[in-house]
Amino acid sequence: MAIRDEFPRLAAAELDEVITHSHVRDIPLASGRTLALITLDNGRDHTRPSTLGPATLFELGDTLEAQRERASRGEVDAIAVTGKPYFLAAGADLSNVGALPDRATAAELPRLGHRVLGLLHQAPVPTFVFINGLALGGGLEIGLNADYRTISSAAPAVALPEVFLGLVPGWGGATILPNLIGIERALKVVIENPLKQNRMLKPAEALELGIADVMFGPATFLESSLAWADAVLGGKKVERPHVPGTLERTVKWPIALRIARETLEQKLGTVPQAPYRALEILELAKRNDRAAGFAAEDAALAELIPGDQFVASIYAFDLVQKRAKRPAGAPDKELAKRVTKVGIIGAGLMASQFALLFVRRLQVPVVITDLDQGRVDAAVAGIRREIAALADKGRISTDEQQRLSALISGTVDKADFADCDWVIEAVFEELGVKQQVFAEVEPHVSPSAVLATNTSSLSVEQIGARLEHPERLVGFHFFNPVAVMPLIEVVKTPSTDAATLATAMRVAKDLKKTAVITRDTPGFVVNRVLAKLLGEAMHAVEQGSSFEDVVAAQRAFGFPMDPFVLLDLVGLKVGAHVLDTHHAAFPDRFFESRALHELAEQGILLEKDGKGKVKGIDKRARRIVAAHTPAGAKPLTVEQLRVRIEDGLADEIQRMLDDEVVAAAEDIDLCMILGAGWPFQMGGITPYLDRVGASERAFGDTFHTPRVEGPKS
Amino acid sequence: MANDDVVFVDGVRTPFGRAGEKGMYWQTRADDLAVKALSGLLERNPSLPLDRIDDVAIAATTQTGDQGLTLGRTVGMLAGLPVTVPGYALDRMCAGAMTAVTTVGGGIAFGAYDVAIAGGVEHMGRHPMGLDADPNPRFVAEKLVSTDALNMGKTAERIHDRFPHLTKERSDRYAMRSQQKYAAALAAGHIQHDLVPVATQSAEGWGLATADEAPRPETTMEALAALKTPFREHGRVTAGNASGLNDGATMSIIASSSAAKELGLTTKMRMVSFAFSGVDPDIMGIGPVPSTEKALRKAGLTIDDIGLFELNEAFAVQVLAFTDHFGLDDDDPRINPWGGAIAIGHPLASSGVRLMLQLARQFEQRPDVRYGVTAMCVGLGQGGTVIWENPHHKRYGKGK
Repeated sequence: MAIRDEFPRLAAAELDEVITHSHVRDIPLASGRTLALITLDNGRDHTRPSTLGPATLFELGDTLEAQRERASRGEVDAIAVTGKPYFLAAGADLSNVGALPDRATAAELPRLGHRVLGLLHQAPVPTFVFINGLALGGGLEIGLNADYRTISSAAPAVALPEVFLGLVPGWGGATILPNLIGIERALKVVIENPLKQNRMLKPAEALELGIADVMFGPATFLESSLAWADAVLGGKKVERPHVPGTLERTVKWPIALRIARETLEQKLGTVPQAPYRALEILELAKRNDRAAGFAAEDAALAELIPGDQFVASIYAFDLVQKRAKRPAGAPDKELAKRVTKVGIIGAGLMASQFALLFVRRLQVPVVITDLDQGRVDAAVAGIRREIAALADKGRISTDEQQRLSALISGTVDKADFADCDWVIEAVFEELGVKQQVFAEVEPHVSPSAVLATNTSSLSVEQIGARLEHPERLVGFHFFNPVAVMPLIEVVKTPSTDAATLATAMRVAKDLKKTAVITRDTPGFVVNRVLAKLLGEAMHAVEQGSSFEDVVAAQRAFGFPMDPFVLLDLVGLKVGAHVLDTHHAAFPDRFFESRALHELAEQGILLEKDGKGKVKGIDKRARRIVAAHTPAGAKPLTVEQLRVRIEDGLADEIQRMLDDEVVAAAEDIDLCMILGAGWPFQMGGITPYLDRVGASERAFGDTFHTPRVEGPKS
Repeated sequence: MANDDVVFVDGVRTPFGRAGEKGMYWQTRADDLAVKALSGLLERNPSLPLDRIDDVAIAATTQTGDQGLTLGRTVGMLAGLPVTVPGYALDRMCAGAMTAVTTVGGGIAFGAYDVAIAGGVEHMGRHPMGLDADPNPRFVAEKLVSTDALNMGKTAERIHDRFPHLTKERSDRYAMRSQQKYAAALAAGHIQHDLVPVATQSAEGWGLATADEAPRPETTMEALAALKTPFREHGRVTAGNASGLNDGATMSIIASSSAAKELGLTTKMRMVSFAFSGVDPDIMGIGPVPSTEKALRKAGLTIDDIGLFELNEAFAVQVLAFTDHFGLDDDDPRINPWGGAIAIGHPLASSGVRLMLQLARQFEQRPDVRYGVTAMCVGLGQGGTVIWENPHHKRYGKGK
């Protein structure tokens, strides 16, 4: 019976799968033994990694069954799996997983994985997986199910990223891994790394962790792996120092899990389901009972795969992976002007951060300017120190350090901007100041040079009001810290021309940032959405709600931090200013906060311990806020607050879309994910608002049709 | 013996494949074949510190595409040699690897090198002979060569013309014997030791090349007689009495005897002399005759001092021209005792080192033999010969 027949629902599901085939060839080993080598190959070139969908697993399963049978007949002495060049397999085919028609079909997928990959366990002959290239998720789990693993030192990455996407490593990974490398190491691979922006392992780390038994260089990886397998078949002993012993299972295991759980709760809250489901399976793995572990994996995935969080995660993943690379509304790339020299107006902290980023990524001369020579000199020296620090850390070579240092210069004479193709300002956030510096620069630069402003709250159009060529002005809004945050809001005014916009998109791409094009409206995207959220939070406490209730009301979203921690992070003064700006623009919908101004003046909000860890709200802050509570104010319940925030966000975002601030709801989500760190499991924000009913309540419709959610049956 | 003696430390080769779409290396790059050979060679000589390699000389006849880009440098880098190890590519068509050995050998004798890598590669599937060649029209216009000179099969027919007693029947018999001797050597396990397995890509997944692909041990005189003569109507040269079109790479470590001793490297052979000669391109196959005479003269030896010959079998008739000249029997047991290129294959520029590693292996088994010859013909009328001394011989290093 073919494996397919055991999984009728998956077999019947019409999925658009690029099938990775399982080719088999018998390999004669030097000892005279024969190894059946299965090559996973989807027949595409290196731009399309092999992935594992149902049809792929059916074929692999049938192939493994056939080889096991040959093995029991004594025809082969070993079974091994490897991949096409550069890839073992990049894991489950996610587009398919997200498209499973119903819960019953979804429930078959983890069982299919166990059924097929499990054929590598307790086979009639030893089984090997030669990790020749990228091995992610299910790809790595193929290896974990086998008896032995070799790894190429050139494999680009090895990881179990499931938790990052709202799943658990449920084809054996969460059960087998801790029993192979120990609980602490497994926690790192299964939970910690995926939640650190999906960090992946290098081959040497995988070897050190004990995921692979041995590592070979790429030039003769397969030849060496086969020779090693031959030696193992001949009785060579394979050391596995990290396999947990009794002591680890009884003592270390519960402690490690408790710490991991506490850390998760503290860092992530309890909204995301996947990491906690993974913890449960890791906990169960202590018993080293594969059947029980696999059953738990099946149960977890059967719930998670059709769940809203995973579907939203796939939506978010696609935004970040695909939409980010093809920005909506971007003009023809060919229109972009070459940027061969960059001018930066200002010599403060932001200007220095820009200079460092531009010089590193564009590798063209960067000139900073200020009115004061001393400030310019200090800034240039500071930037060169930063470059030197990169060299000291080994991030760049000393040649590169010298190249970059030489590209940085400073001046007090704006005439030195004459041959700059791109000038960006980083001066004080005040319309008059920004207008003035551009007016000073414009006569010195060519008419085609692009002028960019990093304003976060002013009208880009007004900044360009005094320009002779306003068509070459574009907003270029970074997020702090500039080097780290991946988003740039590229703001086009009514006069910004296509070549300028194309140049801005090109520069953003060269800076390795994701650019989203927005119209020139207050707060653009990220600040407007955050201002709504923070304004509601401050308003609620001013109306008498406790800080704790406000935090509780936002907990269900799963935001990366509560509103008051966020205010503390952006700075109370900045926060108060942002609320003012939005209140001024949209007085009927955005709250300003007098209380926040006062808190900002006093510099009081959070209570922190000596290490800067947040303990709660400072008592003095409570008193200040209380003083602003009007008589007769009626605090809302947590539930009322939550609905109010949900509906307020849905309303505001719909208004932004009606006003064409961005091209689509997807762009709002992309901005919130990359600019504010909003989680995948919310899909940014709009899938969440749809699924909690806020969109229907606020504007009688949904952002997405169909909604971004799992099948209900 | 002198410290600047040049010794053959070790040599390996990939299994030789059949060229073309059906061949086992069709989807394997030429430079990767060389990388696998070099990696395998270094792996089995672990006492050689990689940074002590003074140069890497790798030959190929068609130096374009995956056989271009200065193979000695690229292959060294791809095999993981330190960047401090230099490398170059060279070409003397079929005698490429042989020339790599003699050239680095000359450098060692001069004192410029202690240790060097010499080898060759030819992927005739990806680089068919003469593809993209653009011979100067003067060759034909001024009758510098006949039009036949650029077609190796036709030059072999001309040897038959010149020596009518070297009949097709003798060529066929020699060819059949080559197949049989190779099959016997393979069965005796003489061939496998110096083969480096190569992972091969194919539409059916990865495979592992562990054996030569071209041999036809079942060859009979009847079958050979029935083959077409593609180079001339009613001719004598056939696919059966010539070497085929093949893919493969060879690699060797050549060192000064003092460096070999210092680094604990084996000495499998000592280079006694070498010579290259030119002949009329129309009958290029007789090239090994003058080159061998010259090498013998330089070594102060005669043909009678030679106990083993590893002659490249580009064509059976071309080997027979050699034996005939030196008064040796067609089936002299000293000549190619393990068969030759007619059975094994002849990936042009790689073959020189194949002859050497096979001679070295025979030296181990034949301490009674003191001197051996490796020789081959070269397109456009050349021959190359290297004479080697057997370190296992009781009078090794003791002068004549």
